[in-house]
Amino acid sequence: MARYIGKEMSRVDGVAKVTGRAKYAAEFRAPNLAYGFIVLGTMAKGRIREIDTREAERAPGVVRVFTHLNAPKLGPKASTEYAPPRNTREQDKSFRALQSDRIYFNMQPVALVVAETYEQARYAARLVRVSYDTERHTTDTEAVRGSARAPSQGSPPKPRGNPEAAMKAAPVRVEAEYRIPVEHHNSMEPHAAVAAWEGDKLTIFDKTQDVYGVRAHLATSFGVPEENVQVVSPYVGGAFGASLRPNYYPALTAMAARELKRPIKVVYTRTQMFTGHGYRPYTIQKIALGAEASGKLTAMIHQAVHNTSAFEEFNDNTTGFTRQVYACPNLLAPTMIVATDLPTPTWMRAPGAVSGMFALECAMDELAYALKIDPLELRLINYAETDPESGRPWSSKALRECYRLGAEKFGWKDRKFEPRSMRDGRLLVGWGTATGVWGAFQRPAIARITLRPDGTAHVTSATSDIGPGTYTVMTMIAAEYLGLEIERVKFELGDTKFPRAPAQGGSQTTSSVGSAVHGAALAVGAKLLTLANQDASSPLKGATASDVEMLDGRLRLKSDPSKSVSVAGVMRLNNLSEVTETFESRPSPERQKYATMAHGAQFVEVKVDPDIGHVRVTRAIEVTACGKIINPKASHSQEIGGVVWGIGMALQEATEIDHRYGRIMNPNLQHYHVPVNADVHEVETLFVEEDDKVVNPLGVKGMGELGMVGIPAAIANAVFHATGKRVRELPITPDKLL
Amino acid sequence: MPERTKQKTHIEFTLNGEAVEVAFAPHKTLLEVLREDLNLMGTKHGCELGECGTCAVLVNGRSALSCLVLGLEAEGRSVETVEGMASPAGLHPLQETFADTGAAQCGYCTPGFLLVAKELLAANPRPTREEIKEALCGNLCRCTGYIKIYEAVELAAARMRGEELELPREAVYGLD
Ligand code: FES
Ligand code: FES
Repeated sequence: MARYIGKEMSRVDGVAKVTGRAKYAAEFRAPNLAYGFIVLGTMAKGRIREIDTREAERAPGVVRVFTHLNAPKLGPKASTEYAPPRNTREQDKSFRALQSDRIYFNMQPVALVVAETYEQARYAARLVRVSYDTERHTTDTEAVRGSARAPSQGSPPKPRGNPEAAMKAAPVRVEAEYRIPVEHHNSMEPHAAVAAWEGDKLTIFDKTQDVYGVRAHLATSFGVPEENVQVVSPYVGGAFGASLRPNYYPALTAMAARELKRPIKVVYTRTQMFTGHGYRPYTIQKIALGAEASGKLTAMIHQAVHNTSAFEEFNDNTTGFTRQVYACPNLLAPTMIVATDLPTPTWMRAPGAVSGMFALECAMDELAYALKIDPLELRLINYAETDPESGRPWSSKALRECYRLGAEKFGWKDRKFEPRSMRDGRLLVGWGTATGVWGAFQRPAIARITLRPDGTAHVTSATSDIGPGTYTVMTMIAAEYLGLEIERVKFELGDTKFPRAPAQGGSQTTSSVGSAVHGAALAVGAKLLTLANQDASSPLKGATASDVEMLDGRLRLKSDPSKSVSVAGVMRLNNLSEVTETFESRPSPERQKYATMAHGAQFVEVKVDPDIGHVRVTRAIEVTACGKIINPKASHSQEIGGVVWGIGMALQEATEIDHRYGRIMNPNLQHYHVPVNADVHEVETLFVEEDDKVVNPLGVKGMGELGMVGIPAAIANAVFHATGKRVRELPITPDKLL
Repeated sequence: MPERTKQKTHIEFTLNGEAVEVAFAPHKTLLEVLREDLNLMGTKHGCELGECGTCAVLVNGRSALSCLVLGLEAEGRSVETVEGMASPAGLHPLQETFADTGAAQCGYCTPGFLLVAKELLAANPRPTREEIKEALCGNLCRCTGYIKIYEAVELAAARMRGEELELPREAVYGLD
């Protein structure tokens, strides 16, 4: 019987967070700290003609003003203007600040003012005068979509069957275009770094989802060995993908610290966050679906175009999952990219999936109406029993049960098919459904466990915890397999002094790092068994590592718990003050025989005010199948957050760009609307557990990304059901319904 | 440059129940005075524009956005931050329930929510869900989707009234 796994556990870092003791990047202090404030440019493309820093330099407290004229070049050879050309070791082409007079996007950093206090730096930043030679810019993806091209990395996906011919022959067809605007993550914590050098050794406190990634980036930037760089990030105040890649500020901060030989702190303002990291790209999707009158899909053509920057490629893989959702013999699903004079986009919660599934799942709803088939029924008709792409069996897939349970809880059977047929007083009521998908990813990860004779354990791995509850789940896994009370286990993360773990993104942390912690715990047991069996009288003689388990300080035979040895005793006999094991987990080759994905079904109710076009999501039920649920408490909280992200994407979020100036018009929380208390009503998240022995030893799949996939489509479909209007352009703001 | 930017003002006020004296440049916000001059990092910096609520503190028991308040305005007043919520006897009931329910994910919005909720419960020991949402309307959370925060406030309110509250059980279904 599991003691912790599958049980509701409160966060082990909960007390630190409710008492203010949890320390985020900007909260680390260093003696003689100086403060940097970033100056942003004001045009979209061209060159800096002149930059006058004299007045800023004379302002009180100012230590130095860095511009491209005096900032050292960052990167191995620094031979190009914005980034090292081809640093094959890490493929790091991240944008680095102040490397030339070139302007690639509006609100690009053009100077860093360093002063004794934050206020002094901020004040002086306003005194920097810049003039530009401007060139014609393009920030409007619509205007350049004709020049979209396939991403250069990877080969373009092959069509399945003969999609064009099958589409022509299909008795029922729907075709439409869907649009998603630029969106920004807007975690509550602004990005920040505190950097300090000692000789050629750098310590940096950074807000990041990937301490090792930032380390490699900084080592390349400054031409120092990676071992010389320590990146520390114990708490991250939300990130959602905005801290997956190294952003420009850590290198900028470390550069200033190195030049000035004193610690420097740089914090983005809320506005600087809008060009200080990537964003969800502007995405145009054209979908055509062909079906038989029975509802069986015969052809799917799903073409996406999204923007990237003029200096770097980003591929959101918008159509990637389309290939694996429904059984359909003929399919074409390319994603194309097109350059714009904006910063490079990046992954934002459920990247690609939520965008692609918005279009696909709305199109499925349109098809359901063209066929006069219940939308849920249409999904069941096209249920993929095996992976349509590879033909392989699923390692597990409980989506059918998600549909069933969700429909039952929601009361779907009472839905009237016709649009505008349900009301609550004067409000129009709409019910919509959609499907969510995400991959069950796993990457190599390393964990280390030190077990001491007093029955305490120290567990480390350099993953991060941006909020999902990684501290807690890793502590649970370690406690479970070391057989210790959870209070006796301490797990630490977010520091390059710990063993290497992948970035916390793509919902792969529990599967990757959890498997490493699990493996390390078993390795500790195996080590103890070997030690115990050096003693001829060991009751465990003849047992192998898989025959034993640890519980409450004893190593015992699983089949006969009365046969056991004391863990502390074994250590004492061998004169050991601790047993330390490091374990690297890797995806098992067994996975290759299967398709591995997580799924979910969403049901939402909206109420629309017909006079003002205001939409409220009054009820949402999300049922998720993502393998084993290790901590139901954190998992539910995570999925509710995902649903609310879906509400934001469907109804509110858009980064508005004035294309005349190529400038973001709403870079703040007053004008960029994230969901607030008033937007959230009933949200229920349920899990259908899957028993999956293939994905990884713990049987877990990811859920953080999955939670929002499907929600925007379900809401858009519910809005159609309520109003009879198909809004194919997010967000669904009142003006689009009037 | 004008001399006054170099000058420091000196004020006395009550911080988390204790008298403090602090000197700082007069243009500083209360948020910066707390974080930089008093090294109390529990009060969070989320926007500095009055948009997010992460910087909320209580001034004389009333919630205030410390990014919009000058440090000078604390003079002679009583300021409470998250660091002052726990008593020697233990955590405040709100702190307990936020930690227990999943109301704090990344935790960055948490201090602001805690203080505004404390203000609410002082005035209204039995708030409805709608009243809770109304009271917390100036606080943004990007992680939790808010529901667990409401449950935490409801549970704390019940405990402060000496009652217990059954929270909705989390639902994990098997495959059968
Ligand atoms: S920091 Fe004060 S409201 Fe955001
Ligand atoms: S818990 Fe992360 S912003 Fe609220």
